[in-house]
Amino acid sequence: MNRIIVCLKQAIDVSQLKVDPSTRQLITAGAAKKISDFDKNALEEAIRIKEKIGNVEILTVTVASEDAKTVLREALAMGADKAYMIMDPSFKDVDTLGTAYILAEAIKKIGAFDLVLCGETSLDSFSGLVSSRLAELLGLAHVSSVRKVSVEGDAVIAERALEDSIETVKVKMPALISVTREINQPRIPSLMMIMKASKKEIVTWTAADLKLQKEKLDAKIEVMEVLAPKTERKRVKITGETAQEIAEKLVKALVEEGVLGR
Amino acid sequence: MKSMIMVYSEKHELTLEILGKGREIADKLRTELAAVLIGYNVQEKANELIKHGADKVFLVDNQALMHFQIEPYLSILHSLITNYKPETVLIGSTRNGKPLAARLATRLQTGCIPDCNRLSVDERNRLVCERITYGGNAVAKMTFKTKPQIATIPPRTFEKLHPQERSGQIIKFDAKIEEPKTEIIETKPLQVSAVRIEDADVIVSCGRGLEKKEDTALLEELAQILNGQVGNTRPLAEDRKWFTEWVGLSGHKVKPKLYIACGISGVIQHVAGIRDAKVIVAINKDENAPIFEVADYGVVGDLYQILPALKEALKKQLH
Repeated sequence: MNRIIVCLKQAIDVSQLKVDPSTRQLITAGAAKKISDFDKNALEEAIRIKEKIGNVEILTVTVASEDAKTVLREALAMGADKAYMIMDPSFKDVDTLGTAYILAEAIKKIGAFDLVLCGETSLDSFSGLVSSRLAELLGLAHVSSVRKVSVEGDAVIAERALEDSIETVKVKMPALISVTREINQPRIPSLMMIMKASKKEIVTWTAADLKLQKEKLDAKIEVMEVLAPKTERKRVKITGETAQEIAEKLVKALVEEGVLGR
Repeated sequence: MKSMIMVYSEKHELTLEILGKGREIADKLRTELAAVLIGYNVQEKANELIKHGADKVFLVDNQALMHFQIEPYLSILHSLITNYKPETVLIGSTRNGKPLAARLATRLQTGCIPDCNRLSVDERNRLVCERITYGGNAVAKMTFKTKPQIATIPPRTFEKLHPQERSGQIIKFDAKIEEPKTEIIETKPLQVSAVRIEDADVIVSCGRGLEKKEDTALLEELAQILNGQVGNTRPLAEDRKWFTEWVGLSGHKVKPKLYIACGISGVIQHVAGIRDAKVIVAINKDENAPIFEVADYGVVGDLYQILPALKEALKKQLH
């Protein structure tokens, strides 16, 4: 085993996202960004594999329409050896197929690898399609919903968390694995690691560097609107002198709503 | 050839649910509704699919298809789609179904909209899909630019139809089946609770305001009186390890008649999982907790005082 490629998305930190209450539009311009949580789990797992079997190079690949270097420094501090940032303003409106295409072309240009690790889904768009699409484009075996992996010779044993069962599968490398958040707790890099990472390389490629075909970046999906959900709740505060009084008022309200009774 | 909506899930029950919605859309667009049935010795399920709304059932029955594996199933659906050219393909959004839909859409170089919780047809006869995005901060409305259009539907999103005696066609389909690239070594069934929280009419749910795991007894008592179930938020599962599952965007999305949130702050990811509840009650010590913004009835108070009082008041009311 020589090389693991980890796909990282620079995602909007949804916990800090603000909404304009008058228009219900999300304020995405200038929103805080970070490595998508699930992708961080994928990177952590790659580092753990490296710690176990040694002599493995970990490369990260990120598709971005704007600079992601700050976020990638964190990946390098955690333990990635080199980061690739595929950046082009034309990537702004790509959808999951376009993103997978860019990743696939970048990975082909990087060259040989044993394993591609991805997060199961992304923190912001939460589509969960890119890793499957990437596997299809690269013609790789894909194991999804993985909560545990171990490398055994030229194969990977992976535990998949399905709705009603745990499925253990064996797959020969090269393969693509997408992981869930239960797989590990990503490390927080120490100051030492952060300093060391500043010497590591971030390679920047553009659409032209990868000779991408423009029509393959066209979105297949039309986004009609993205709005904060309407909250049509009554927002009635129930107050009273004692807990008993409050409870009785609440029960009365629930009876009127018709939601009590069997 | 008449245009077609094709429905598939490896979970039979989910196929029936999607057929329910598929029937409505097919009638609106005057298209055929077809279901795909893949497996080994599964013929007897074909009629049930017809009774639940399918005009046609494509049956692929083969010993090699006894267990779901992505490559063989993918190759069958791919040849069905290239043969019969459905405009719309609806696939069950499960841990196996979603990768299947994504790879199918990639093989066909087309779009895929995952985890749709609403489907409709607009005035231009376009299929409009709604899904929750940005961690519950927004609902996205999307449509397709390419055909076939593939959407995935989570379990318990739509209602299956009441079964009816109706006529339909069962077509045995013979496809070249791709070899699986992975080998299943073991399948361990999970202890799935017999009652699903998605089916509960009443959910009494706790968050970080609950001090000890044993205190869930307070909620259990209440749930019992209300004939409901107990739920919890993600921190109680992931951080405190008290539970293995949770209600929320990344866990179970529920739609009870009554949701009682006890000691739950109301982060957006949790709220996204309860937005379809009919009535939401929030009990929280912190009067500024965001949960009050999305609740119908709010009680600012200590759950350890309110819940016992509520129990007594409910007993009085219901007995």
